Amino acid sequence: MNERKRSTIERPGRRKLLKRSAALGVAAAASQLGFPAIVHAQANNIKLGHITPRTGFLGQLGEYGFKAAAMAVEEANAAGGVLGRKLELIAEDSVNPQTAVTKAQKLAERDKVLALVGEINSASALAIAEQVGRYKIPFFNTGANSDALRGKNCNRFMFHVEGCNTMYTKTIGTWQIAENKIRGAKWYMLTADYAFGHDLFRVSSRFLTENGGTVINNDMVPTDTKDYSAYILKIRQAKPDFVYINLAGVDQTTFLKQYKEYNLPYPLAGGVMDTIPFWAAGIDSLSGYWQSLWYHELPVAAAQAFTKRFSDKYGFPPDNQAWGDYVGVRIMVQTISETKSTDPVKYIDYLEKGASFDILKARRGMFRDWDHQLLQEMYVVKVKDKARMKDKWDIFDLVRTVPGPNESLELIQPTKAENACAFA
Amino acid sequence: MFAIVIEQILNGLLVGSYYIVLSLGLSLIFSLGGVVNLAHGAFYAIGAYFAYEVQRRLGFAGAVVLAPVGVAMVGIGIERLFLSRLYREDPMLGLLFTFGLAMTVEQTLRLIWGTTGLPFPIPEALRGQLFLGDFIYSYYRLTLMAVSIVTIAGCWLLLNKTAFGMIVRAGTRDPEMVRAMGISLRPALTAVFALGVALAGLAGVMSAPLAGVQPAMGIEIVTAAFVVVVIGGLGSFWGVVYAGLLVGVVRGITVVFYPPAAEASMYVIMALILLFRPRGLMGEKFEKFE
Repeated sequence: MNERKRSTIERPGRRKLLKRSAALGVAAAASQLGFPAIVHAQANNIKLGHITPRTGFLGQLGEYGFKAAAMAVEEANAAGGVLGRKLELIAEDSVNPQTAVTKAQKLAERDKVLALVGEINSASALAIAEQVGRYKIPFFNTGANSDALRGKNCNRFMFHVEGCNTMYTKTIGTWQIAENKIRGAKWYMLTADYAFGHDLFRVSSRFLTENGGTVINNDMVPTDTKDYSAYILKIRQAKPDFVYINLAGVDQTTFLKQYKEYNLPYPLAGGVMDTIPFWAAGIDSLSGYWQSLWYHELPVAAAQAFTKRFSDKYGFPPDNQAWGDYVGVRIMVQTISETKSTDPVKYIDYLEKGASFDILKARRGMFRDWDHQLLQEMYVVKVKDKARMKDKWDIFDLVRTVPGPNESLELIQPTKAENACAFA
Repeated sequence: MFAIVIEQILNGLLVGSYYIVLSLGLSLIFSLGGVVNLAHGAFYAIGAYFAYEVQRRLGFAGAVVLAPVGVAMVGIGIERLFLSRLYREDPMLGLLFTFGLAMTVEQTLRLIWGTTGLPFPIPEALRGQLFLGDFIYSYYRLTLMAVSIVTIAGCWLLLNKTAFGMIVRAGTRDPEMVRAMGISLRPALTAVFALGVALAGLAGVMSAPLAGVQPAMGIEIVTAAFVVVVIGGLGSFWGVVYAGLLVGVVRGITVVFYPPAAEASMYVIMALILLFRPRGLMGEKFEKFE
């Protein structure tokens, strides 16, 4: 048969094709393909699953997390493995909640991992928690912030290395209160229009209102917005005292750059801060005071050593996401060695009963028994003077540790009343 | 309130001029070659990365000129090696090829420049704001609009006042007849593809200081480009121009009244246009597209 001829006859209308392609383009953007890491499973190895978005709008953060988790496993093996066996990391890309479910099932059922570490997207973390609840293995959430994951949707098998939205809000909030920036002030908010943003808006607007501030407007902004000029014009018309962004990832970078472009006089603050989008925005676009879960210049010996090992290996310093995945794997390694067991149910018991961990901060961290949030220090940081920067990653000065050395780690935590959790 | 809406309309026109540059190339490539270029966003990203390298050495002005030229070179290579074999095949093949190309390019950018975004500040000379009455404009965006207008005018002149343009327009309407007249469309196809992706590259350069440079940047914009082309109508130069402006303005007004729908507003326009004018705003009836 004449191939060419056949294809001409069956050629669909090109106009129709273009319309279909537009739809395909949407689909392609929404569900990029995830590629599993190629690994050879060894029957005798102790297996950990790493699951996090490596592509899509959170992919930049996920890649750092993966690199750090891989490094933690390498180091554990170099130190003799766990229980005399080799540790093996099986990594999967969870682009979106649907994929996260499939990948979590695959890791638990086919690879028989003893625990999952990772995730950034709050909706995906929730989906994974439902799966680990079924398979009865622990999941260390290293990047999803939503309070609901520790409250309404909390799960006995989910442990949170990442700070929750309330912790971020209260960390910068204690400083804002001390500097008298909240009482009587008008705040304009921009919020990412998905689960994480809504949760953060609820928490941050409650905090500002309770402390005497007014939220004069909140715009729900679609994720992946490329152009903020329309919003910035609105902010300018509203003349607030402060602008507060409940945005994350690439959206943070884009907003910071464009806000600087218009040079409005209203200072910026935000509900969360991840170093990577701030690095991407560049020092010229940054100003003011922010909160940080972990920063590579912390004056703590263990943090400095980790920064050095990571930088030597990859050529750039670790960010707070890398810290989370690294610490997540370290916690798991300690848990397996201390319990001397490969029974995941024993791990839950160990983690809940006050075991403490070196988390590369001045104080050790431990999980709160009733919601499984890692109790830990956070930091208020100030954007550095450009002239004093050592390199392009050196963007912050440490202002203070929150809670301070003599304060309870509970200070920045949501209370039971604010975020009740009942494990099923 | 009135002033706010006027301000948003003016700002929307500015944003729209960028949508036009982004979409014009896509429309040209599709009109002449019949290729649905799903890799349009990939060339946009390549443009931004080239600009990142060029501006460190020759400044932003150098990047605006050289990065699109670089993208055009890459485009010519890809067109000659691969796409030129697919023009006469089932259009699905061109679509699949460019889809694969888009993913390959994204991963390649990741391998070369890393997974995280690169800082790309607004050039020193273009910082600052212009105040007109109560309205505010950033110099950078005004420059961006000027570059867009020059580009759009240049494309129009090229297509309407040159022999090359005549071949392209004739080829868009009736390629068989052009061939019958003894004119080979091959060089025109290559040139149009190079021009089309160079426009995408230029859009990438212009957006870099505003939205940063990161590997996934192309995937996120390709849909918007498609929507503008569909709204404007196939084969119509002015259709793309009107559609770009329309999308920019409607988006700006949506932000004032209901921000969550801001990015969706362009799809609503597309749906309405497809319902009432299936060929798009200015689309003509071309036999080869039906």
